[in-house]
Amino acid sequence: MPSDPLQLSAVEIVAAVRSGDLTATACTEAFLDRIARTNGTLNAFLCVDREGALARASDVDARRRAGRPLGPLAGLPVGVKDALCTADLPTTCASKMLAGYRPPYDAEVVARLRRADAVIVGKTNMDEFAMGGSNENSAFGPVANPWDTSRAPGGSSGGSAACVAADMAPVAIGSDTGGSIRQPAGLCGITGLKPTYGRVSRRGLVAFASSLDQIGPMARSAADCALTLEAIAGHDPGDSTSLTDAVPDYSRMLDKPLTGLRIGRVPEHFAAGLDPEVARGVEEAFAVFRELGATVHDVRLPHAHHGIPTYYLIAPCEASSNLARYDGAHYGHRAEPGGGHRAEPGKGHRAADGRDADATAAFESPLVEMYCRSRAEGFGPEVKRRIMLGTYALSAGYYDAYYAKALRVRRLIRQDYLDAFESVDLIGGPVSATAAFPLGEKTGDPLAMYLVDMYTVTANLAGVGGISFPCGFTAGGLPIGFQLQAPALAESLLLNATDRFQSLTDWHRRRPPLAV
Amino acid sequence: MAAAPSPADVAAPGSFTTVIGLEVHVQLQTATKLFCGCPTTFGAPPNTQVCPTCLGLPGSLPVMNRHAFDLAVRAALALECSIAPFTKWDRKNYFYPDLPKGYQISQFDLPFSSDGFLEVVDPKGAFSRRVGIIRVHLEEDAGKSMHDEAAGTADSRIDLNRAGTPLCEIVTQPDLRSPQEARAWLNELKLLLVYLGVSDCNMQEGSLRVDANVNLHIPRPDGSVAKTPIVEIKNMNSFRSVERALAYEAARQWEEWRATGRELGSAPKQTRGWDDPAGVTRGQRHKEESSDYRYFPEPDLVPVRVSADDLARARAAMGVPPAGLRHMLAERWGISAYDADVLVNQGRDLVAYFEELAGLVGEGKVASNWMQQDVLRTLNERGGTIDAFPVRPAALADIIGRIAAGDFDTSRGREIFAEVLASGRTVADVVASLGIAAVDDDALEALCRELVAANPKIVADVQGGKEQAAAGLIGQAKKKNPNVNPGKVRAKCLEIIRGL
Repeated sequence: MPSDPLQLSAVEIVAAVRSGDLTATACTEAFLDRIARTNGTLNAFLCVDREGALARASDVDARRRAGRPLGPLAGLPVGVKDALCTADLPTTCASKMLAGYRPPYDAEVVARLRRADAVIVGKTNMDEFAMGGSNENSAFGPVANPWDTSRAPGGSSGGSAACVAADMAPVAIGSDTGGSIRQPAGLCGITGLKPTYGRVSRRGLVAFASSLDQIGPMARSAADCALTLEAIAGHDPGDSTSLTDAVPDYSRMLDKPLTGLRIGRVPEHFAAGLDPEVARGVEEAFAVFRELGATVHDVRLPHAHHGIPTYYLIAPCEASSNLARYDGAHYGHRAEPGGGHRAEPGKGHRAADGRDADATAAFESPLVEMYCRSRAEGFGPEVKRRIMLGTYALSAGYYDAYYAKALRVRRLIRQDYLDAFESVDLIGGPVSATAAFPLGEKTGDPLAMYLVDMYTVTANLAGVGGISFPCGFTAGGLPIGFQLQAPALAESLLLNATDRFQSLTDWHRRRPPLAV
Repeated sequence: MAAAPSPADVAAPGSFTTVIGLEVHVQLQTATKLFCGCPTTFGAPPNTQVCPTCLGLPGSLPVMNRHAFDLAVRAALALECSIAPFTKWDRKNYFYPDLPKGYQISQFDLPFSSDGFLEVVDPKGAFSRRVGIIRVHLEEDAGKSMHDEAAGTADSRIDLNRAGTPLCEIVTQPDLRSPQEARAWLNELKLLLVYLGVSDCNMQEGSLRVDANVNLHIPRPDGSVAKTPIVEIKNMNSFRSVERALAYEAARQWEEWRATGRELGSAPKQTRGWDDPAGVTRGQRHKEESSDYRYFPEPDLVPVRVSADDLARARAAMGVPPAGLRHMLAERWGISAYDADVLVNQGRDLVAYFEELAGLVGEGKVASNWMQQDVLRTLNERGGTIDAFPVRPAALADIIGRIAAGDFDTSRGREIFAEVLASGRTVADVVASLGIAAVDDDALEALCRELVAANPKIVADVQGGKEQAAAGLIGQAKKKNPNVNPGKVRAKCLEIIRGL
């Protein structure tokens, strides 16, 4: 028998299952047991499908014994962010609004994982509707960072990042609207890839900001991300914005030498605000790439500093519309007629503006009252804040000053990338300004929280891909993340460069000293 | 206060001009919805033609139905619109239970077509009006709310079968000048869209809906013009309702203007609903601020590009529109404009029937008369479509040909037509079974001589100058032999009487 499945990479697991050295059942049981032991501490999974996962694993084993063909991810346990629809499991987006909601269909990525014979072990925690950078906006409690459980794992795919870092699953699926794969991957010391916009189908991903959302793999290494991306990427006729370009064989291009590769370094990334320990780790990563034969060049992204304000207009505008469907009329949380919660006078619900929802006076009609109360009760404060921001910015009289202007700046940012990629092949730099921050540190300061995405949002605005991976540790033992960004559809280069980096370093092999 | 003027007074020339613009929503004739594969069949049990996309479930995405877009382009081309080479979708945001996503996918600032026109000509020459089209755009329909339909409950029920059905919105310039014109123009629009195969325009099933904007332009003695506030009328469920509602509203505005002198700009646009049984428009609840739909580009869909090939295909699919067909029929078959109008207004299939008939008969005028007096009348009585009409053009041409050959007269021909219609037998069969055979000249002469001899009073009347008295002989001749040609009987009898 091979060593403990928890210590195997995804690539090793599928090879072992295929060869018969490891059964999918044994592998799945090992990870399920690990989840059972650690989830109480980390809260990375919102729902664990022990029965379904074991049934799937046993089916894989039976087919292997019968000599029938197996998919490329056969027997691989995968955690799926709770923003992706699963027909057999609840899909809540970590919101009270969708508590207990069970979709009638699988997201395209979930369907592809199943077709590839992956074993979905459960749904991972996240910031409510993917809005947040610390996973503290979950209606079902925050996720703890496996490296220091008093700290945040980052967000919004915090559950996916933490579950990989804590060996609860070798691979997890995240979604990235402004950094929601890369930033938690960085803070949890794992590898996370946000593909080019449209590379992976969004169908069945509960929308936050449709023009920015992109699903991607989170794993311990570039090789495991490559394996997973091959299975989930590709055109979906059901998503008009998905790209038709053929999906390359990412795994086969990992070991290409980096000789002559030009990596851009943006001087502004190292301005005030970047933690010195993180800066040192990032500079050391550049040194590793030089050692691998790459050259490093300063490049400018002149409009990148407008990234956060641009993002915090476009994303909330789209969100205000995307989340309008949660009105209590058809599914999800509905307030009782006449405010049923009044029966519990001590538990008055606080609306986002601080006023007591119970105190809200006359409603235009019973219908409007139902809408208002359902949304007041169902959404958390950050979701409400962004709905209000977006609604305001799209309103008549403000549209040109906010949304339309943000679209113009977005085009400038996209052009910055096109210009930069004239002279370099990749752009490197920090993922976030600090290592993992303590839970609760930023929850009272939305603006500080918004800045955690400052190095990542521009890739979403430009639609290009980015990858984040560990490049060192702080003196306090927290992972430091490095980000590479690439031109559209250059995922193979991102994975290749990261894999070469990981061939020279062992940061990605370190495991958190998690006491369970 | 002056008595309310009747619509007839309002229409009196010189007093004022009624200015009307229309907004028409037309459901496109597609098998599936605009952004998903659900069927659009009317009348299915509630919420049985739905999927995650048209239910607006979390994570669902729209995919454009290209056939719907092509149909819309066909309609816009027939309305002489310019087609944008690049068009996009926008979200129109508002909350309503029959709008499951909380927004409608529509087109805002870059509609796929704009700036066209459709002309309506009254066949009797009462008016001729070219009505400008501001824009035609595509959007998805909402669901249907049914209020208080379940006895004993105050629940509203929602049927989302219709949600996502493709709609074309056609917005006209305020170019119409009377309720009659508005009705006639709507008839012409409907005819055009049905000809194009773009929509069935069935108002009962909601596949055509009309809102009207109306105000009055009232000339003052000093030469300036007073304009009354614009009113939008909704809830009109037939073209007749449109005409009545506009007439009522013009009269109401006239009276209001005389009472208050209030002019355009003094108040926001008012919406009034048409109460058909009561025959009045009623003010609808009015919000102080106008609705803010927070339009923005739909990020789930890609922009649509329309190539020269796409346009060529759409033009090829158009066929000849009704206006062109009227000219063509009049020219090709020498029939009157009025007759051509009647035929064309019945639809493309009836025109095809007529053209086949006229070709076989070789004489458009005669074919047209039979169409108008016999085929159309029978169709109206029996119902059904011309395609299923039992007397096919070849049979009718056979009857008309035998009349022309003198085998029998027109009234006998009608009997044969009726018998073919009722029995489905061939013309030859019916002619034989009725014992119709041509009467030869000798037999005719013998019969006439017999009648002249037996009717001295009629003979005396004719000889006294009352030729019409011969009609009595024709009646008797038909009794003795139903196959005789009345004209020939009359001529022969007169000839015999003159020779006496």
